[in-house]
Amino acid sequence: MTWRDTFWTAMDAVRSHRLRSSLTMLGILIGITAVVLTVGIGQGAQATVRDQINELGTNLLVVSPGSSTSSTGVRGGFGTVTTLTQADAAALTSNVAAPDVQAVSPVSTTSAELVNATTGTNWTTTLTGTTPSWQTARSRGAVLGRFITAADQRNAAPVVVLGPDTVTQLFGSNDPIGSSVTYNGVKLQVVGVLQSLSSAEQAASNDLAVVPISTYAQRLVGGVSRNSVSSIYVKATSAGTLSAAYQETNALLLNTHHVTTASSADFSIATQQSILAASNTVDNTLTVMLAGIAVISLLVGGIGVMNIMLVSVTERIREIGVRKAIGASPSVIRRQFLVEASVLGLAGGLLGVAVGILGAVLVPQFSDQRVILSIPASIGAIVIAVGIGVVFGVYPASRAARLAPIDALRSE
Amino acid sequence: MAMSDDVTSPAVVELIDVEKVYRSGELEVAALRGVSLRVDENEYLAIVGPSGSGKSTLMHILGCLDVPTAGIFRIIGHDAQSLDEDVLARIRNAFIGFVFQQFNLLAHMTALQNVELPLVYAGVDPDERRARAIAALDKVSLADRAEHRPGELSGGQQQRVAVARALITEPAMILADEPTGNLDSGAAADVLELLEALNAGGRTLVVITHERDVAARAKRTIEIRDGRVWDPEDHDVGALDTGALR
Repeated sequence: MTWRDTFWTAMDAVRSHRLRSSLTMLGILIGITAVVLTVGIGQGAQATVRDQINELGTNLLVVSPGSSTSSTGVRGGFGTVTTLTQADAAALTSNVAAPDVQAVSPVSTTSAELVNATTGTNWTTTLTGTTPSWQTARSRGAVLGRFITAADQRNAAPVVVLGPDTVTQLFGSNDPIGSSVTYNGVKLQVVGVLQSLSSAEQAASNDLAVVPISTYAQRLVGGVSRNSVSSIYVKATSAGTLSAAYQETNALLLNTHHVTTASSADFSIATQQSILAASNTVDNTLTVMLAGIAVISLLVGGIGVMNIMLVSVTERIREIGVRKAIGASPSVIRRQFLVEASVLGLAGGLLGVAVGILGAVLVPQFSDQRVILSIPASIGAIVIAVGIGVVFGVYPASRAARLAPIDALRSE
Repeated sequence: MAMSDDVTSPAVVELIDVEKVYRSGELEVAALRGVSLRVDENEYLAIVGPSGSGKSTLMHILGCLDVPTAGIFRIIGHDAQSLDEDVLARIRNAFIGFVFQQFNLLAHMTALQNVELPLVYAGVDPDERRARAIAALDKVSLADRAEHRPGELSGGQQQRVAVARALITEPAMILADEPTGNLDSGAAADVLELLEALNAGGRTLVVITHERDVAARAKRTIEIRDGRVWDPEDHDVGALDTGALR
């Protein structure tokens, strides 16, 4: 019997039991869809992180306020005290103490409700106080108007640069340059609009309002800790000098904070690498969990194939007997049932990949989750599906092959 | 597997003291208790006997569907005990054509596909097997029903499709197990005439039946009783207790 005849015999058997065949395929389909989407979501998440890193720049350090130890020896938790100040940022600009640092940008942020001074439209956004060097540190500038300048900074000028999404919320499609917004009764003139960040995950970065940090501290937020900052962006002169910049920043801040042991530092420095690593760890955990679910569904699908094939063998004992009587050898019968099982696997696999692709198109419509389809993974999934058909078809097929023709013919 | 070219026309099948014991748990049932039988080329043999006599078992052994527990069984000169399942399958395919009481056609296939099936297992290419299947259906006057499924055919037509399937490989022997058992008298006569025409064409025909009028048409009849060949002459001389052909 040729392979082609074997294949068509199997197709006939699959077609003549449509409902049963489709239910069997459904099991495989779900498993393969899970595999395709798992890989797609995993790769999408990694691509998201990669994009974020690239947009921030790879040679960026982020200094955050950290744990502090009070004079009485009480050690506060991370972030309990705002220990970073504008003075720290100023110190880091020194070419002598930190020669590998290209730009330093202290940042203070708070959630703030801005009001369009003309129309009264309000919008809550992230109010960010920083210095002109923010442009260099974040590799991002104004596309309309201008960014805040050193003069603005010196004079604590009431000016604001808005993110593109913020502009849309407050001004619609009108040109905002020269208009005013108010915050806590302080009128701020809009002088520029920030460049939009491309990737969808950066939506938050497109909704913000940037003011000079002097304005932020003296006119807008104030408070007891008016000189403290939320974080300091430190940009190394190049990716190659990043670790040198890290050392210099660390040494300088330990010194200015009068901390003698590195372990009791009241700040922490994160590199893009460490952020990337942390993010990847989370993603990998998620991927492993999803992959586990996918493997379990594939296993269940495979058992479904075996179950149906066993039913099929029992139901078709007479057919097997007739086939044997007219000359089918045990190996031919075994092959017929194996091919039938793998046809079910193949069909389930193809449909599973199709549903996976559909899912990859639909998921981003309903969530921020990005899904990147992998062609090798899809081909691999189909191969796995056929493999499952074969592996779980072996036992039913050999049961069919072992049936003595006479027992098979006798059965009613 | 070619037929032996022995000049002294070999037996198609030969049984010497064949015994068959079925075991089910502790219970042993002897279906055949020493049957010796020789069927020659172009014979027309009827095997008769009451139900439970062992004639079905004998038919299964003749058809290489089952192997004897003891004794010698040769088919076309081959000792069947020494052959494995794959070779037995090839022998069934090439040398034996089966016709069953229950027709045993595959329900989801057309008449043509059913008739083709032995050639599929013989590895014949599709064009040739289609042509041969149409010719075989033509021989049983069912060429116009080629695309019908068994469910769409009458009992007599189904059995004629089964005859076409049995003759398509041009087997040395046709084994018919109660071929008329499920047919009305008209259809039964048609089927028997078809089978007899094949015998007239040179094929060995073995018919297993419990109907005396069917058996009467054969050129030789043997009767199986209680697992043995019942020979009326032996019986006449009171040889029943020692068994036939001992």
